[in-house]
Amino acid sequence: MSLAGELHDGLILTKRSLLRIPRVPETLMFATIQPIMFVVLFSYVFGGAVPLPGGASYREFLLPGVFVQTMSFATAATSVGLAEDMSKGLIDRFRSLPIARSAVLVGRTTADMLLNVFVLAVMAVCGVLVGWRIHTDVGHALLAFVLITLLAFTMSWIGALIGMSVRSPEVASTAGIVWLFPVTFVSNAFVPIGGMPGWLQTIANWNPVSTFVSAARELFGNPNPFGSGLPREHPVVLSFAWIVVLLGIFVPLAVRKYRIATSR
Amino acid sequence: MPDAIVAEDLVKTYGELRALDGLSLEVPEGTVLGLLGPNGAGKTTTVRVLTTLLRPDSGRVRVAGVDVLAEPAMVRPRIGLSGQYAAVDERLTGRENLVMFGRLYHLGRKESTARAAALLDRFGLGAAADRVVQTYSGGMRRRLDLAAALVTTPPVLFLDEPTTGLDPRARVDMWGVIEELVDGGTTLLLTTQYLEEADRLADSIAVVDHGRVIARGSSDELKDRIGGETLEVVVGEDHQLPDAVSALAAVGQGEPVVDAHARRVKVPVTTGVRALIEAVRRLDDAHASILDVALHRPTLDDVFLTLTGRPAQESAPAAGDTAGEDASPADEAQERTSA
Ligand SMILES: Nc1ncnc2c1ncn2[C@@H]1O[C@H](COP(=O)(O)OP(=O)(O)OP(=O)(O)O)[C@@H](O)[C@H]1O
Ligand SMILES: [Mg+2]
Repeated sequence: MSLAGELHDGLILTKRSLLRIPRVPETLMFATIQPIMFVVLFSYVFGGAVPLPGGASYREFLLPGVFVQTMSFATAATSVGLAEDMSKGLIDRFRSLPIARSAVLVGRTTADMLLNVFVLAVMAVCGVLVGWRIHTDVGHALLAFVLITLLAFTMSWIGALIGMSVRSPEVASTAGIVWLFPVTFVSNAFVPIGGMPGWLQTIANWNPVSTFVSAARELFGNPNPFGSGLPREHPVVLSFAWIVVLLGIFVPLAVRKYRIATSR
Repeated sequence: MPDAIVAEDLVKTYGELRALDGLSLEVPEGTVLGLLGPNGAGKTTTVRVLTTLLRPDSGRVRVAGVDVLAEPAMVRPRIGLSGQYAAVDERLTGRENLVMFGRLYHLGRKESTARAAALLDRFGLGAAADRVVQTYSGGMRRRLDLAAALVTTPPVLFLDEPTTGLDPRARVDMWGVIEELVDGGTTLLLTTQYLEEADRLADSIAVVDHGRVIARGSSDELKDRIGGETLEVVVGEDHQLPDAVSALAAVGQGEPVVDAHARRVKVPVTTGVRALIEAVRRLDDAHASILDVALHRPTLDDVFLTLTGRPAQESAPAAGDTAGEDASPADEAQERTSA
């Protein structure tokens, strides 16, 4: 299949997923209420409790963390969506069509990414309303948003693999997120890692989530008291490297899974 | 006439279970093969192998002149599939679904739209075209699913139990649609649990059980083998049973079967209503009281009884039954795990 053919098929299926978004109540909740809640809750509940070195603003520190955490949970939406397609027999039907083997997954992950751009925008606006500010220029801020969006896209591919492996939407909604709690919380997303026990600090330091959060803080010019070594010195470059590596692993795995997927 | 579908010696095992156990079949171009069998016979598995969805453990498959196992991508443009359970996007409207499938078969935007409109009309979904599928009845989904398989009028079509879950009228409508397609030269492989359906639509029938074809022939040939219809009489008194047996023995083929508890006697007959009239006349002469008398068309169970000497293992709905259950794949999965 030619690249143009793959793009065509992927686009048709992206459109399909986009059409679904306003018609699925859960998706709408995920896209609007949940991010608003996260931003508001985290800012007000943790806002005064976490002292930052140098007395920096916790909300300024927090928001990039919430962005990255919410985008990481993009995994669940994709895995549930694909598990649902699988259990309804749609994946079988798509597999019987003369379309690119990547199309169904490209369509789903692209649509989810576009949805996440919207989610990110909602969160950013809320953030500004509760006192978060960007202290750099448009170029840096845009790069931060691009990075966070790419993170969501990458996480969607991991979700795609999970969704097609577990096959049932109910299982997918759990399997898609349980592991994300430790992964996102053992990081610098909500608290500076300096207060963690030594061994946990090491994990948090090298946790890619921390790298993404640190990159976003750096690009937005928000307080960034973080870690040591490579993740501290070059968070932006390292984040892009993570994206390349994770996509390089999970895109082929997910496509392979799709090729042999069966609904039962 | 070249064969549009050839399967040779297909084997597919799931652990101990041999879902396909040396199944072979061929369908000449432009003809209809009915794959008839009870639950778990291997019908769906066969369709999945033929439509590139499942790789068999061994065997050879050619569809539309292409080796399916070697070049699945070459087969897909030439086939249409409507699976056992309607597989359309519930959150899209009927029209959006069909346009999407048209575009995925690489029809242009305009062409897809026109084709969708024509199919929606033809399948009686015009009024519901712009409602989301979630609001459709089982029969409407089924029709939409079939329409989706026809967006490009593929030369070879696979329909897995296309009328299961339809009410009798919708079933007859569906038969009409399928007949039109076949008149247009489409090669069709159709699975069904209803002999009546295979009878009406298929040029040739393959009876499948335990993953292999146990009988093959036209519907007339199969019916001859199972002795056509069954005549059944219920008498009022126990002592009248011998009269009933001798009356039925005189008009039927072979030894009548007696259910003493229900005071019911059955025998296969080949002469239809004439046999019934003759049997009633004889019972009347013997002054036996007749509570019930009926002529049954052969059912899948009769086919099984005759072909295998045992009833079909799981009860299949009898021919002519009204709508079966519109089981969802989820139900099915549960059934399988609990089995
Ligand atoms: N993925 C699977 N894992 C395990 N067993 C399977 C699987 N798929 C099918 N089977 C088994 O293979 C056998 C044949 O199944 P198949 O679905 O082909 O039957 P069928 O003739 O289509 O039945 P039905 O009329 O119920 O649709 C059954 O015993 C079924 O339980
Ligand atoms: Mg089946």
